[in-house]
Amino acid sequence: MVAIPQDTAAPLPRPGRFGTFVRRNPTIFFGGLLLILLVAAALAAPWLTADPFRLSPVNRLRPPSERWWFGTDQFGRDVFARTIHGARVSLLVGLLVAVASAFIGLALGLVCGYFKRVDGIVMRVMDGLMAIPSILLAIALITLTRPGLAIVITAIVIPEVPRVVRVVRSIVLSIRAQPYVESAIAGGTRGARLLTRHILPNTLAPLIVQGTYVCASAMLIEAGLSFLGAGVPPEVPSWGNIIAQGRSFFQIAPWTILIPGAFLALTVLAVNLLGDGLRDRLDPRLARRM
Amino acid sequence: MSEAPSLEVRNLVKHFPIHSGLLQRRTGWVRAVDGVSFAIKRGETLGLVGESGCGKSTVGKTVLKLMEPSSGQILIEGTDVTHLAGGAMWPHRRRIQTVFQDPYSSLNPRLTAGTIVGEPLENFGLAKGSEKEARVAALFERVGLRPDAMNRYTHEFSGGQRQRLGIAKALSVNPDVIVADEPVSALDVSVQAQVLNLMIDLQDEYRLAYLFISHDLAVMRHISHRIAVMYLGRIVELADKRTLFSAPQHPYTEALLAAAPVPDPKRKKAGRVVLKGDVPSPAKPPSGCHFHTRCPYALPVCRQQDPPLIEVAPGHHVACLRRPAGGDPVPLTPTA
Repeated sequence: MVAIPQDTAAPLPRPGRFGTFVRRNPTIFFGGLLLILLVAAALAAPWLTADPFRLSPVNRLRPPSERWWFGTDQFGRDVFARTIHGARVSLLVGLLVAVASAFIGLALGLVCGYFKRVDGIVMRVMDGLMAIPSILLAIALITLTRPGLAIVITAIVIPEVPRVVRVVRSIVLSIRAQPYVESAIAGGTRGARLLTRHILPNTLAPLIVQGTYVCASAMLIEAGLSFLGAGVPPEVPSWGNIIAQGRSFFQIAPWTILIPGAFLALTVLAVNLLGDGLRDRLDPRLARRM
Repeated sequence: MSEAPSLEVRNLVKHFPIHSGLLQRRTGWVRAVDGVSFAIKRGETLGLVGESGCGKSTVGKTVLKLMEPSSGQILIEGTDVTHLAGGAMWPHRRRIQTVFQDPYSSLNPRLTAGTIVGEPLENFGLAKGSEKEARVAALFERVGLRPDAMNRYTHEFSGGQRQRLGIAKALSVNPDVIVADEPVSALDVSVQAQVLNLMIDLQDEYRLAYLFISHDLAVMRHISHRIAVMYLGRIVELADKRTLFSAPQHPYTEALLAAAPVPDPKRKKAGRVVLKGDVPSPAKPPSGCHFHTRCPYALPVCRQQDPPLIEVAPGHHVACLRRPAGGDPVPLTPTA
């Protein structure tokens, strides 16, 4: 008799739920992780870094070293401190613009998709708004008032809203034609219940995805506005401002531009990765915005 | 005939505009429904049969006022609802309910079965809270579902069970009329029979009037009392089931019946009318009788004259120039 070898091999370790999630959604994981790190750094900035406003003329334009991780600028200010503090401005602008555009866009999109009479008028107004470049609008608004965060956000939200409205409206129109919505109407469902129970839940996933794209584009526009001096006041350390101030010393102190630039690129990448991942996961039909 | 019919449709027309070109100007109309009239009594089933695209579903949606009719009249229990829009139509929706074709897309995937079935009760303020729960549970039992399935989502149900949910929902507000648009065509044959028998039982119990839309003649034969045959937006023949199946008068009905498979291998194939060509576009319906382009018995006059729907025998209406009123059903000889 030949001894049958016992199957003593331990069962293969099964990847946990978390491992499975990471393998299936690498973009959500890496985008989300990067974003969480950036947000955590931004929130902890006062404890993590030195004072971003402290001038130290003796230590002007020092290259990155152990003492100044990202070097110093032409006034001897710590670029690391300024960059991390700059993340607060960018992330705040991105978040507020995304939330504001999503809310306004959702409301208008629902109205447009639901009431055919309003649709034509509102959509033409949206087309008009979409044609306004946010940079020009911001410059115009700032010449009328004082530069500030609120003006920057307003100037970015106005041209971003139409994009959200279009997405929401097209989704509402397609959901309205769904048999289950017709069935609900035939069953006497109307008004607020039809909207909140049957139409709204299906618009949320694409809205969140669209929100991440708006957020990424808002951060880029904010940096551009600050760079041009039409954004947040120049004394506030935002990435656009840091780059603008470092511009004249680019050849001798490239770190003053490269590092905030890299952070901007990384943040936008993180948000876009997260958005792409969420889109694939939540709503594969939604075409990527240009 | 003292009481008003549960559902009456008079000369219903639904035309859809065609927009084309750079300026999206209206360049024509699709005549989906082109003058359809019928009446359904309490406890009666009228079958509406026809090929795809003949306008039978449009009739259903228009009657439900999910679409505005272009012209004509719709009366529910004698009340004219043709021009009632939005809020004015709403109280009448309780009287006319619907079972949709696709049991997969006609139930909101984000809601539980109990919520879907109980929604019309909530809408019309008929029951709330625990009373609603109890009524929904009773409805579940009535349509052959376990009441404890109320908390499940619709994807957990099979096609037949979903259609039972649709029926329970339609039934929840005690309607007079149910418009059933191909309610069983997405189901397996054995399940079809169960759902049809359930619908027949419910009809007997509640004296419901059914407008039953289908392309399936076997299903029609099972459930309908009377059958209307539609071709390109018009009713070409309307008769009670027995007459229609045994002695069809319109050439199109004849061809439709001949095309349906009969499970009898010994049946003679001779004399079968087989239609040639395709259904013309409803955007450009042929002049005169819509059917003359494919009719094997067409006369020159068929190209010019619209055949009216005339009663050739009591309760038997035919729209064919070769079938004058009172004429005997003589066999026709092909003209071409």
